[in-house]
Formats: sequence, C-alpha cells, structure tokens
Amino acid sequence: MEYQAKELFAKHGVATTLGKVVTTADEAKAAAEEIGGVTVIKAQVKAGGRGKAGGVKIAKTADEAYEHASNILGMDIKGLTVNRVLVTPATPPIEEYYFSFLLDRSNRSYLTIASVEGGVEIEEVAKTNPDAVKQIAVDAGEGVDEAKARAIVNEAGFPAELVEQAVTLIQGLWTVFTEEDATLVEVNPLARLEGDKLEALDGKVSLDDNASEVRHPEHEEFVIHEEADPLEAKAKAKGLNYVKLDGEVGIIGNGAGLVMSTLDVVAYAGEKHGSVKPANFLDIGGGASAQVMADGLDVILGDEQVKSVFVNVFGGITSCDAVANGIKGALELLGDDATKPLVVRLDGNNVDEGRAILDELNHPLVTQVDTMDGAADKAAELANG
Amino acid sequence: MSIFLTKDSKVIVQGITGGEGSKHTARMLAAGTNVVGGVNARKAGTTVTHTDASGAEVELPVFGSVSEAIEKTGADVSVAFVPPAFTKDAVVEAIDAEIGLLVIITEGVPVQDSAEFWAYAQSRAAQGKKTRIIGPNCPGIITPGEALAGITPANIAGKGPVGLVSKSGTLTYQMMFELRDFGFSTAIGIGGDPIIGTTHIDALEAFEADPETKAIVMIGEIGGDAEEKAAAYIKENVTKPVVGYVAGFTAPEGKTMGHAGAIVSDGAGTAQGKKEALEAAGVKVGKTPSETAALMREILQSL
Repeated sequence: MEYQAKELFAKHGVATTLGKVVTTADEAKAAAEEIGGVTVIKAQVKAGGRGKAGGVKIAKTADEAYEHASNILGMDIKGLTVNRVLVTPATPPIEEYYFSFLLDRSNRSYLTIASVEGGVEIEEVAKTNPDAVKQIAVDAGEGVDEAKARAIVNEAGFPAELVEQAVTLIQGLWTVFTEEDATLVEVNPLARLEGDKLEALDGKVSLDDNASEVRHPEHEEFVIHEEADPLEAKAKAKGLNYVKLDGEVGIIGNGAGLVMSTLDVVAYAGEKHGSVKPANFLDIGGGASAQVMADGLDVILGDEQVKSVFVNVFGGITSCDAVANGIKGALELLGDDATKPLVVRLDGNNVDEGRAILDELNHPLVTQVDTMDGAADKAAELANG
Repeated sequence: MSIFLTKDSKVIVQGITGGEGSKHTARMLAAGTNVVGGVNARKAGTTVTHTDASGAEVELPVFGSVSEAIEKTGADVSVAFVPPAFTKDAVVEAIDAEIGLLVIITEGVPVQDSAEFWAYAQSRAAQGKKTRIIGPNCPGIITPGEALAGITPANIAGKGPVGLVSKSGTLTYQMMFELRDFGFSTAIGIGGDPIIGTTHIDALEAFEADPETKAIVMIGEIGGDAEEKAAAYIKENVTKPVVGYVAGFTAPEGKTMGHAGAIVSDGAGTAQGKKEALEAAGVKVGKTPSETAALMREILQSL
C-alpha cells in the first residue's frame, strides 16, 4: 500500500511526505489538525484508480477531514474494503512525472520506465504518445550508479533545474529496489512541487516473496492480516500453498503445474455438471504425509462452498502408497469432521499398492477413479448433487 | 542421441551431503548416471557411499569446490541442491569453474539473485566461457536409459522419439507417463521461476537439431511471455511436429499459483493468450494433459 511504500522510500532517503495512517474518522481529524492547513485524505488499499473511485479527497479543515474519512473508511474499491486512510499535507504538484524500476522477465533483467509527460495518466500517455514513455534497460550485473542514474535522467528528459534532485532520487529508488528485494518500485506521480522540489507523492512497491523468506524477516510487518482471506490465512499458518477461488470442487494435488491443470480440467468437467467450478488451488508438494494431507483436507472442508473434494496425485518421487496412507491417516485424524465426498485419482509410482490401500479402507466418502479427466468428471458430478 | 545430457556426461552434485542432495544422488546413480563426486566446502576430503545401477557400491569423493571437482574428475555437469540463500554463490562458483551444464533444482531463490547470476553467466559467455543453466525451481533433465541430472523419476518412461520441455515438474511426469509406450529422447523441466536459464526456445532449438527426436511436446503455464516467444520461434524455425499444453486457464488475476512465476498480472501472461499464440504458429494445443497426449499419439502413429 501507498503508506508502506512511502515508509520504504523514506527509509532509503527518497524525498517523500509520510503523513499519518489512521483507521477512524476521529483519528483523521486529529491528524489533519496536527498537520495543519489543507490535507488530502487517501484510501489505503492495494488497488489503482483510488482517486477515480472517490477514495482520495481534499480537506480544507479538520472537520472536512473527519467527514471525508468517515465516507472513505468502509468504502469498497475494486472489491477491497478500505480500512485505513492516509492523511497528508496537500501539496498540489506543478507537474507530474512517472518513474519505476521493475523486474523484466522477458529479458531476464531489470527495466526503468520513466516519463516526464503525465504521472497518474501514464497508461493514457503510453497509448496516445508512446514516445514520451521511455523504457531504459538496466543490467542486473551492473546496477544503477550515479552515472547510470544521470543517463536515465537525461534520456527521460527531466527539466534541467530538476536534474540533480532526480539523480539523487533515482539512486534512492534503486536502493529501495535492491536492498528490499523488490520486483517493482513505482513512483506515480513523481511530483514537481512549489519551489522546484521533486518528491515521491504516491508510490507502490512489490516485494519478492522468495527474498522476504530468505533474508527479510522484517517484511512480515507489511502483511495486513485482517485483509487476508481467512482460509488462506489458516492454510498459510499450516505452511500450505493455498489460493481460495470461487467454486464448489475442493482441489488437492502435488506440484504447482499439475494442480493448475487440475483446476482447468475440473472447470471443463463442470460445464456438464451445473457449471460447478474449482474451489481452490492447493499444492501439497512432493511429500504427501498424513499430516499434510489432513491439514489440506481440514482447510478445504472448512470452505462452506465446497461440495466435493478431488485429490489428484501423480506419484513421482512420492509413491502412491505413501499418498494413500496419507489419505487414510487424514480421514482418521479428521474423524467425523470429514463430511464431504472425496474423489481420488492416483497414478505413477507404486500405483497398484496405493489403490489397494484405499480399496481395503473402503471408506464411504472415498471414490477412486483411474484417470484425471474421469476423476474430474466424477468430482464435478458430486459437487452438483 | 539426446539433448544436453548423455550417458557420457560426468555429473557432480553441489550439496551432495545434504538431505535432498544425498537422496537424489542415490537415485541418479540408480538411473545409470555417471555421478563422479560432489561438492561441500566444509566436508572436502571425505567421501559418500552409494549404490550404482548394477548394485555395486561406489564411493564418491567430496571436493571443496566445483573447480577442484572438475580438475580431479573431468565433470561436465553439476546438479545443485543448495538452500536458496546460498544458491547464487553456488551458481557463480560453477560458472567460474566453467562447468558445461548446471542444473539448479532449488526452489525459493530470490529473483534478484537469479537476475544477477544470469547477467554474470551472460558476461562470461561473451568471453567464450559458456555454462548452460537449467532452472532454478525445476526437476532437471533426463535422457531415459542414459542419464538423469535432477529429480525426475527415472522409471516412468524409457527411450523414444518424443522430446519434452515443460515449466512444471509434475506435468512433465504426467506427460511422460501418458506417453510411456512411445518413450522420450530427452525430457527437460525448465522451471517455474520468473527468471530461468534454459528456455522453451533453447530446448526447441536443440530438439529440432537432434536426429533422435521426431516430435516435441511443449508444456507451459501462466505468467511471462515465454510461450508466446516460443510460438514465434516454432513458426520460423521448427519443422518437427509440436504439440502444446498450457496450464492455468482458471487462475485468477494477480494471484501466484504455486510457482513464483505463475501469475497473471494486468491481463498479461494468460493461458488463453498463450494457447492462441501457439495455435497461430500451427501448434496443436490440448485442453487437458490426456488430450495433449492423444494429439501426440496421433502424430507418432502417422510418422
């Protein structure tokens, strides 16, 4: 969110104004009084187009700040509820620019995008006047030193009187990008304020989850727990790779590619069965122990929308008998909490042993189907029942 | 023939003494791979003992560095099972030692580390010191009946005319299983991270040049533009039949689906877009893995 991005900007010496983040209208009023003068009340959600949605308002007085904050808090912007507003001094920009560093997947390197023609309207500028939006490659091995920052500033065409400030600011943003392991650092607008002062007026930072895991434990504080889906939060606490979707067929599988494929196959099968859809993505990875299987089933069965569950496992490293024992153990662990039909498709390593274990178990909720397409059809049929 | 990996490849394992490294060293040996040693700076001078494909015990030396391992054994392939925090250093070490092929199995490597080691590999290649990188976050490469550098189960399918390149590990296994009666020249899992070494295009180019490969299965997934680029490449450069599959049609925008690179953002990188690009290049694209296998089966039967 904006205020978090600005905190990272400030931490690395990028010119910005932090303001105050508040969660109630009373606090917004107090913040506006403390800041003094005209303030801006800005909705804090992870979405663009907040201004157009009515989530950004100018307040001439503290009472107006109270009024705007009470309107904006609780507002829905692109499906996200506004729980916080940022109160900042109103500093109307004389000109607006755009600047970002980002991961360039296509070229396996980094990229700078900069424009001195329009900040918040950058997407429009990119369409109507693409030449005004400069894309400048950054070599991941060489990075951005002062000379490179100067080259970027020149190519972007910043006004002469702002060049030195821009060079400093861009080096600061590069520090944010590398030190925080970001995949995107965006300033929009980068504003020219009164007195030719250059400042990051609004921004966005996307962090690399892998890097946060490996070397940035402090990034945990940026996660806003109350906004996470409760099932996703529960899965995360159990160390499961789970994404909640909107559907009726719960999915458990091994390997990201196979699970994505399973969702697709279930969606196709659902076309014949009342348009049921996959309820989630859940990859239990290579080792499907009873505990992991039980944790996964527990999360999925906690989803009220779910009518049936499809367990789709290809035994590669993991053998199917281990997976079958995992399912057996999970059903024992869950006991009466397991209430929805399970369609299981096992294939690959030790498939005969795995299927025999489930045959012998003869659990009333478990149906085995030999093929992925057939099992998806069965799971969709059961979800439509 | 095959691509990138043959029975003559001499393989070392970076992280040979760790849990995963040890387990998969044993599996690679059992698959007939000529594993000649490993690297762990803290355990240099020791050995590890495993069993090879014939059931004989082999004692593998542990070296202090990749360059020492190459010097002593003539190794030309390294498989890295190194924790994500240390992967970049391990990769740079292997590049400096001029290993021919480096397979990085590790999942969870910070993407800026990958960008940096990729830039480094490029700068070394420009000096004529080329290391082919596969991965990270991949199952590696298998030339059935000859060698395995990675974690792909070696018993799914035998040797045959199909070349397979895939972003996903389990979809690689699934497709090998579906077409096990035909078999594979080489199956390569290139990995699910946003930045990877060997691409679909690199594999397509090698399969096109490999006389043993008669047809190619290409498996992609949401995120990035690798499949679109591969489609353009196929149209211009590949004469062998190619069948495609793309996973993730039902993936919602903005959500990472398991693989760090599997994300649709701002409407880019969708499965539909990739499927259309492949079809426009004349590639038959299956709706499910089974349908994809059936399409390949038809082609193989008509060859």
